[in-house]
Amino acid sequence: MEAMKETVEESLSEMRDTFASGRTRSLKWRKRQIAAIYEMVKDNEDKLCSVLFQDLGKHSTEAFRDEIGHVLRSATVAINCLDKWAVPKKSNLPLLFFPAKGKVISEPYGTVLVLSSWNFPISLSLDPLIGAIAAGNTVLLKSSELSPNASAFLAKTIPAYLDNKAIKVIEGGPDVATILLQHQWDKIFFTGSPKIGRIIMAAAAQHLTPVTLELGGKCPTIVDYPTISKNIKSVVKRITGGKWGSCSGQACISVDYVLIEKSFASTLIDMLKPLIRSFFGENPKESGCLSRIVSKQHVQRLSRLLNDPRVQASIVYGGSIDEDNLYVEPTILLDPPLDSEIMNEEIFGPILPIITVRDIQDSIGIIKSKAKPLAIYAFTNDENLKTRILSETSSGSVTFNDVMIQYMCDALPFGGVGESGIGRYHGKYSFDCFSHEKAIMEGSLAMDLEARYPPWNSFKLSFIRLAFSEAYFKLLFLMLGLKRSK
Amino acid sequence: MAAAKKVFGAAEASDLVNELRRSFDDGVTRGYDWRITQLKKLLVICDNHEHDIVEALRHDLGKPELESSVFEVALLRNSCKLALKQLKNWMAPDKAKTSLTTFPASAEIVSEPLGVVLVISAWNYPFLLSIDPVIGAISAGNAVVLKPSELAPASSALLAKLLEQYLDPSAVRVIEGNVNETTLLLDQKWDKIFYTGSSKIGRVIMTAAAKHLTPVVLELGGKSPVVVDSNTDLKVTVRRIIAGKWGCNNGQACVSPDYILTTKEFAPKLIDAMKHELETFYGKKPMDSKDMSRIVNSNHFDRLSKLLEEKDVSDKIVYGGDKDRENLKIAPTILLDVPLDSLIMSEEIFGPLLPIITLNNLEESFDVIHSRPKPLAAYLFTHNQKLKERFAMTVSAGGIVVNDIAVHLALHTLPFGGVGESGMGAYHGKFSFDAFSHKKAVLYRSLFGDAPVRYPPYSRGKLRLLKALVDSNIFNIFKVLLGLS
Repeated sequence: MEAMKETVEESLSEMRDTFASGRTRSLKWRKRQIAAIYEMVKDNEDKLCSVLFQDLGKHSTEAFRDEIGHVLRSATVAINCLDKWAVPKKSNLPLLFFPAKGKVISEPYGTVLVLSSWNFPISLSLDPLIGAIAAGNTVLLKSSELSPNASAFLAKTIPAYLDNKAIKVIEGGPDVATILLQHQWDKIFFTGSPKIGRIIMAAAAQHLTPVTLELGGKCPTIVDYPTISKNIKSVVKRITGGKWGSCSGQACISVDYVLIEKSFASTLIDMLKPLIRSFFGENPKESGCLSRIVSKQHVQRLSRLLNDPRVQASIVYGGSIDEDNLYVEPTILLDPPLDSEIMNEEIFGPILPIITVRDIQDSIGIIKSKAKPLAIYAFTNDENLKTRILSETSSGSVTFNDVMIQYMCDALPFGGVGESGIGRYHGKYSFDCFSHEKAIMEGSLAMDLEARYPPWNSFKLSFIRLAFSEAYFKLLFLMLGLKRSK
Repeated sequence: MAAAKKVFGAAEASDLVNELRRSFDDGVTRGYDWRITQLKKLLVICDNHEHDIVEALRHDLGKPELESSVFEVALLRNSCKLALKQLKNWMAPDKAKTSLTTFPASAEIVSEPLGVVLVISAWNYPFLLSIDPVIGAISAGNAVVLKPSELAPASSALLAKLLEQYLDPSAVRVIEGNVNETTLLLDQKWDKIFYTGSSKIGRVIMTAAAKHLTPVVLELGGKSPVVVDSNTDLKVTVRRIIAGKWGCNNGQACVSPDYILTTKEFAPKLIDAMKHELETFYGKKPMDSKDMSRIVNSNHFDRLSKLLEEKDVSDKIVYGGDKDRENLKIAPTILLDVPLDSLIMSEEIFGPLLPIITLNNLEESFDVIHSRPKPLAAYLFTHNQKLKERFAMTVSAGGIVVNDIAVHLALHTLPFGGVGESGMGAYHGKFSFDAFSHKKAVLYRSLFGDAPVRYPPYSRGKLRLLKALVDSNIFNIFKVLLGLS
């Protein structure tokens, strides 16, 4: 640990010196680094697929769609848009202040810490990294020890491609994180659970470090059957693909549970079952298209959620667990009790509870009774329901008639609210996330107004009052002696 | 006989939040009409109670009428009027661009209130720093609890009375008190906490907020430096520094010019000009001038006295230095070249003392500023364009003002907030509305147009198409679809 402490201190010191040297301020440097990330990912696509397969059993298509492709796009957007993003924003100033000028420039915070997660270990490391670099910071990335092959890849390969006096990688678990959090950072970006999010924020508070916390929650999916029945096939495909096709449900924006009117639940289940078989074969464990659970600990966690006898009784599909092979079968539950553990913590696995309601409008009450999630999904063509969902629920985001895909829309901010997080990123929001918006005002030394200075008198008071209320005519009259001062 | 003060304990704090949360959940604060009504009432408070506010500030701080009218009431009035005028715009969703990957889709960003928020304000501008954030909270549609500072008791009592009298008590409340009440409030779960005050307490606030993952805006302070170039209009420079320092609550302001950096060569001219203008503004006996606030209380008076009495500091006074503890007055005081590690150069002064540090050349000022925590504001007086640009680009502070002091506070088109030790988050104008809003991303997709490439079982073909889609290159996509790739 002592050696680790020293490494951290030396790294921090070097990164601070690099930042102070001004090297990271150059837009050329930033674009070169981001281009290097692009090259690194492109050059190592096969290796990346391999480490993601080793850590999570991810199929190469899933790995590309969710991680590799995402990073390539993110890097491309950053390189193409950086010049635009970095332009100072002019502010209009009131006439009174003429000829003063105002603008806002985005400046890097300095030396930032990115703590990433194990479920999308490549994109959740490199995407924030791209944002931090685009904004001109020096960055230390700590990847998750639960995805050791991805972590080792990043630790070995990033130094070979990027400026390693400015961008560093450290591997390790909670003990390393604890050491890191004892130091002062100019910003901390964390992806993970709300429980650890609290610890991060409390540690950041000691140094008044601003944080972005990308957390999770139970993302509900409302299926308003009657209004979308014509397209039910698409709906079921999207839910199935979204839930089990992306890291086997181990995603912060995964479909956590479905809400549907009681009379349609069996129709939905009867369509989900064959679709799961068509996507993942008769034996999903052998399909190669279903990620596995990350660790024994998480298999045990999921097992515990299913062990509740009332939850066991609600299993209508799947339910089998193979701890040694880190496998949990795609499982569907019908109406597990709302007070069971599985309905009160983020599932983060391939188990899908279907909760029936008498009237689809009742879904809103159920969603509101839980903590604000990262995403709410709703399959509906009912404009009133859409309006109610938007105005009565709160979540990081809302997606109508699809799931997960908001992640790919870089014109939309990606982040949570309440328990699901603080701050946001993606696209320009990543750049902003790692920037301090500094206001600059330039006044003129000519044109000085006596009324600004003591000793005070009633004329000066009237003058300033009128000036503030931008009552320019009255002001003119006052100055011409045509208006009495109060 | 004064009525017994209502007890405010843990139960009361919890009941308060629950009550406001019920109002919020019932939708009381969401509608445009409710927000406009509350904002109009705040405007009425500014219009009808200016005299009461001026009196309260005179009692608490000895604030001159002009400062109270201008820096508290007028600024608030403008803030209300701006919100009233712009609220519809601010509340409207922003359309966002969608790309080929998510086609067909439309997207927008909807501003929604966070819920029940807590505003903790400071004693130096008790009305401005209480009501301005409350304007932001209300325009964004939140229920809000305000905890004003007990160090400005008349202002605190007046705020409680006026807000209770004019605003909707089911959604807007004031809790008076000291650290006990604040602690009880901080134990509750809030959807946002907005705090104005010291960096030390800022840490306490953020730590408490962390327990509930509550986002915070912390408007803190710091030592705002003023760099004075010899290439400047000396008279205007000096007048603006004086008005910005002693004319704004007698140096007790978060953006007060804390210390000056200038060259050894220029310092004597600067000091002479300052002495001359100080006399013009405040007369030969500044302790008798009615145009400066007093020191807020004896604790702060003693704190400032200690700064002046330190060894190697007391002998650096070149102007002023008079003190009157009974009346809580300290004369405008200028010091020349106190040691950089003295107390007065280590903590935010927040009073009428102005150290001038001289350097061999102005270049060195960058190092001095850079070696210290990031301040809320940094000032520069110069005609030199290159110096202005370099200063704006390399000095990190909440905000930079060239050739003036503090005025950026009044500009609603500029975000007002700190960085590092001086704070996090920003407000004023639309930035206030944004500070108290959650920007919710909304994506509308169609159920038509489904790409099988999304779904298992995965194949080489699907992978190729995906790669082409990621490149968003139409040509490649067609090639793959036609089987040519």
